[in-house]
Amino acid sequence: MVSSPAAPFAQDAAAPALLTVRGLSIRYGAKVALQGVDLDVRPNEIFGIIGPANAGKTSFLRALNRMDEFVPDMRVDGAVTFAGRDLRTIRNLYALRSHIGVVFPLPVGLPLSIYDNVALAPRLRGVKAKSELDGIVERSLRRAALWDEVKDRLKNLGSLLSGGQQQRLTIARALSQEPELLLLDEFSIAVDPVTTMRIEEVLKELRQELTIVLVTNLVQQARRLAARTAFFLGGRCVEIAATEDLFNGGAKDQRTIDYLEGRFG
Amino acid sequence: MTTAQQPPTPHRGQPAWAAALDTRDRAWWNDLAMRGVVLAGGMSAVLFIVAIFGFIASQGFEFIVNRLDLGELLLGVRWEPTVEPPQYGALPLIAGTGWITAVAMAIAVPLAFGAAIYVGEFARGKQREWLKIGIELLAAIPSVVWGVIGLHVMKPIIQELFGVQVGLNVLNAGIILGLMAAPIMATIAEDALKAVPDSYREAAEALGATKWQVVWKVVLPHARPGLSAAVLLGIGRAFGETIAVLMASGHRLMIPESIFDSAATLTATIAAELGEAAVGGDHYQVLFVLGMLLFLITFAINLTADWIVRGRRSKA
Repeated sequence: MVSSPAAPFAQDAAAPALLTVRGLSIRYGAKVALQGVDLDVRPNEIFGIIGPANAGKTSFLRALNRMDEFVPDMRVDGAVTFAGRDLRTIRNLYALRSHIGVVFPLPVGLPLSIYDNVALAPRLRGVKAKSELDGIVERSLRRAALWDEVKDRLKNLGSLLSGGQQQRLTIARALSQEPELLLLDEFSIAVDPVTTMRIEEVLKELRQELTIVLVTNLVQQARRLAARTAFFLGGRCVEIAATEDLFNGGAKDQRTIDYLEGRFG
Repeated sequence: MTTAQQPPTPHRGQPAWAAALDTRDRAWWNDLAMRGVVLAGGMSAVLFIVAIFGFIASQGFEFIVNRLDLGELLLGVRWEPTVEPPQYGALPLIAGTGWITAVAMAIAVPLAFGAAIYVGEFARGKQREWLKIGIELLAAIPSVVWGVIGLHVMKPIIQELFGVQVGLNVLNAGIILGLMAAPIMATIAEDALKAVPDSYREAAEALGATKWQVVWKVVLPHARPGLSAAVLLGIGRAFGETIAVLMASGHRLMIPESIFDSAATLTATIAAELGEAAVGGDHYQVLFVLGMLLFLITFAINLTADWIVRGRRSKA
């Protein structure tokens, strides 16, 4: 596999986008969190989103799997299509969410055994056969680089694992339904650097099978992983460019240049 | 499905799995059905409250319209429904209820909060488990047993201790009611304390706060809405309790002048007299008016509580 940081995984730029976002605005009551965002995410790419706090990064992710259902005063305007389907017309939201995995900033080990954490979603979808569940659990844990550490204690409580292990458990759980799209929201915020590196390796492998939107507050993490990166600031998408261009002096907007050089944020 | 509404036109090159996004599977329908069930459950509470109030009001309706003298009912000092002419002054009953509830709360609040704070914040391991079981058992004692305790245990103790003639009085009923309400209040209060995240305690302890300072400055303020709820539930319990008060209060239909006077409450009066009153007669109807009064007072307490809790929340 080609994995020199200088040449991130190449996508077919001509392939139809998995995710298209047009004129996306998000408000919480009177407060505007995001305004007029347009972007495309291509299949099998890692799409990075960087930006300081309150830039609207997390709100953006919430809109992608229709989490507005959970937040009473959240209003989403604009069009998001996923695999060619307008999210607003989808009739079975739960089916949509089963195709979109989400990893939140703080690991959430549900108070179940490690095995049951990973088997939860497949079970909700009606998978009952022990052998099939065993297969899903092992495959998901292997893909999340956690299998070797927990294979002898799958019955232990998932919420008792260390922070880094819990975050990999969260990723394994997100992968248990073979999602088409994986949304990561600052996944490394509560994870040590070594585990962060391991998870980054995992993500590089995963992009062969699925598409990833990576929100991160570490600009170097976007540089290591993302093929293209968007810079969000104050609820607007300032700039979208190939990550390498962005980091090699190709940024067009002065605010992007300042942020990348650590002059604010 | 052959309805007029067609599914959205499939996108060109749309992957096969995307079709499932419009399939309402069993889980989806099950979700809808269960939403209906829990909605019915939630609405039934409102329905029952309206129906009960309607029933009580209908039973006293004729009296309210034709003969009710609200001034006499609320301020009249003579409750003599069986003499001629009958007197329907409920002030002695309202005063009795108020006195006994006040005494009960003076006893129950310190006991319940003390128990909750000890069990929730200080007790550890086995001791904590045993205490919790004890509190729960105490809450399960039937009220008639409490009444007997008032009648045969508290009465001689009060007579002996305070040198008074009458042992069945406001103090006796207040103590009994306080002891009855305390375990439930303690359980609710402890739940409120338990809901305070441990990270708050750790943050305060790391600053060098003593255990009590953590409780007083961090845990109790955060748990305040839950603690208010505990107190109000206790007041509601004391207000509504009937048989134990009837047995311990002496049931004297006069305004008590000290905690050593016997007294009667609204609930005890309804229970004691409803069986003897002729159905549909004035006495019968006026007892239902007392029921409405109880209902309205309870309603007012709950609304106030709600308002206090909300006010604190929005300020925070």
